[in-house]
Amino acid sequence: MQTISVVVHNKVGLHARPAALFVQAAMAHQSKITVTNGGKNGNAKSIIGILALGVQQNDSITINADGPDEMEALTALTKLIEDNFGEPV
Amino acid sequence: MSEITLKGIPASEGIVIGPAFCHRPLQLEIPARSPGSVQDEMRRFQSACDQAGQELEVLKASVLARSDPETAAIFDAHKMMVTDPMLYDAIQSRLEAGQIIETAVRDASDELAAMLGGMEDELFAAREADMRDVGRRLLRILLGVSDTSIEKLQAPAVVVAHDLTPSDTVSLRSEFTLGFCTAAGGLTSHVAILARTLGLPAVVGLGKKALDQISDGTKLVLDGTGGSVILDPEPATLGRYESMREKASARLAAMQVTSSKNALTADGRRVEVGANIGDSDSAGEAVRYGAEGVGLLRTEFLYLQNTRPPDEAQQMAAYKSVFDAMRDRPVIVRTLDIGGDKPPAYLKFDAELNPFLGWRAIRICLDDHPLFKTQLRAILRAAVGHRALIMFPMISSVEELRAAKAILAEVRVELDSAGLDYAREVPVGIMVETPGAAMLTDFLALECDFFSLGTNDLTQYTLAVDRTNERVAKLFQPLHPAVLRLIKRTIDAAHQHGKWVGMCGELAGMQKAIPILLGLSLDEFSMAPRSIPEAKWLIGQFSDARAREIAEEALSKATAAEIEDFMAGVLDEIRG
Repeated sequence: MQTISVVVHNKVGLHARPAALFVQAAMAHQSKITVTNGGKNGNAKSIIGILALGVQQNDSITINADGPDEMEALTALTKLIEDNFGEPV
Repeated sequence: MSEITLKGIPASEGIVIGPAFCHRPLQLEIPARSPGSVQDEMRRFQSACDQAGQELEVLKASVLARSDPETAAIFDAHKMMVTDPMLYDAIQSRLEAGQIIETAVRDASDELAAMLGGMEDELFAAREADMRDVGRRLLRILLGVSDTSIEKLQAPAVVVAHDLTPSDTVSLRSEFTLGFCTAAGGLTSHVAILARTLGLPAVVGLGKKALDQISDGTKLVLDGTGGSVILDPEPATLGRYESMREKASARLAAMQVTSSKNALTADGRRVEVGANIGDSDSAGEAVRYGAEGVGLLRTEFLYLQNTRPPDEAQQMAAYKSVFDAMRDRPVIVRTLDIGGDKPPAYLKFDAELNPFLGWRAIRICLDDHPLFKTQLRAILRAAVGHRALIMFPMISSVEELRAAKAILAEVRVELDSAGLDYAREVPVGIMVETPGAAMLTDFLALECDFFSLGTNDLTQYTLAVDRTNERVAKLFQPLHPAVLRLIKRTIDAAHQHGKWVGMCGELAGMQKAIPILLGLSLDEFSMAPRSIPEAKWLIGQFSDARAREIAEEALSKATAAEIEDFMAGVLDEIRG
């Protein structure tokens, strides 16, 4: 099991397009992936679960991955966030 | 029949008169039946999901063909919701408890929708509508019915509904949709956003009872500007709204033409009209409203949203996204303008009796060089290939300008020795927002490239009025003769030294002030993006000579009330 914390910088947080991209990236991995924000947990492969976390700009989230490709999953998701989902900030 | 006026939330501007089309979605009734095995029920769910996916793909393609990719992306999100593991688990556990798939889908999607709808942030809570839309689609497929209610709109009408789902709104024939009024909804609901995108008037949040009074064909006046809907209007009411509509549409048409062009006075003097913005999203909005540049980019948002100051990379990315959005238009970046009234967590403020006269803006930056340098480095580096300008706030003496420029020079040397690329030609200006700066413009003009009048603070400091204090707020008079004299003095002194003067305070977008400012030869007006079209139109109504007369007369008056009255007359004359 691997865990990492990362700050979400983009304007709308994990909402709309960024939320969709995040979930799609999670779905590309076999590992079970959980996101924690302010005490709430959500399944990273669920758009409803990610939206329900209400992640806003500059929130620090924790991503936890457990499975055969856990490192790859965390690397991919962190990169997506750090690249600001390919958008300007 | 006598007329009835309903009040709601004005969600999208404009006035329209026409018959009502009442959209009543098909009621989905779940028949009583005994459940099959969980596997059998689940199989039916899976095939409903497949069909929903296909429907959404078709819907998305048709939206993409006639609307923007952003609207189409809503249906990508719906597709993800259809196959969402949370929805799946919620349905599975209901089936295991003995429900049939129809009830399970309805209850599970209702529950998830309610969870989203209960979120604090309005933007997230608005996703409730998407979840309900998806749940309804799945249930409709499971029941094997189709809902054609929205397709019954076959002639121009005002669409009346309890609420409109995203699927409904994109299925409406746009050529028949005159406007919207809904019982539910707020300013951020789908229908409100769509109406603004399409430029159609809308009133939302009319309340449940309101709709009982409207039936198909009821004659309606929809006033999306005032937020009212009038049923069966009397001839006098109708006449009033018709003339309002005609005037508004004539002005709107004229404004759309002028706002896409550079602002010119009636006799062709070029005046720049820019936008005041705080991030890259509003940069896009600014361009849509016809901004010729950014007269004020506020940078405080970067500093106030976190527990530590933004680093150079974060700031560069933020500035660059604004520069990119504005393309080759100039962007004036104002350096950090915060104070003890709204302190960020990481700056240590002593208790201040007068935070507006205290440690703030440039005063903080001149004390905290690392903080200031990080911002200056980020601006200079992000500005490569763009037209950026730097502006220092809250300057009240020549020494402060010199000190700020000295730090900027150090930053350039440091960037050079680090071998980092940065913009070499970045003009440096100051905000004129203290009477001190206004009185010293002639000296300051020798050492900076431009000025921008910050009239909100200039008014506050000149009149010694804290406008957040209710007991004295009425003394805050932007058209006060003392303020106008300082503005005139600033512009004249700067022009004598060949420097240009802009204005990024509220006064620049104020209709009553624009003719005076034109007459005082202000070079650049910067305002909220939405104020731009009307301001450009207004600028085009005055010749330079006429504006000078107006300014001269306004400045000859002793009180703000007299100036306001005089200007109200000037505007009435122009609008006819």
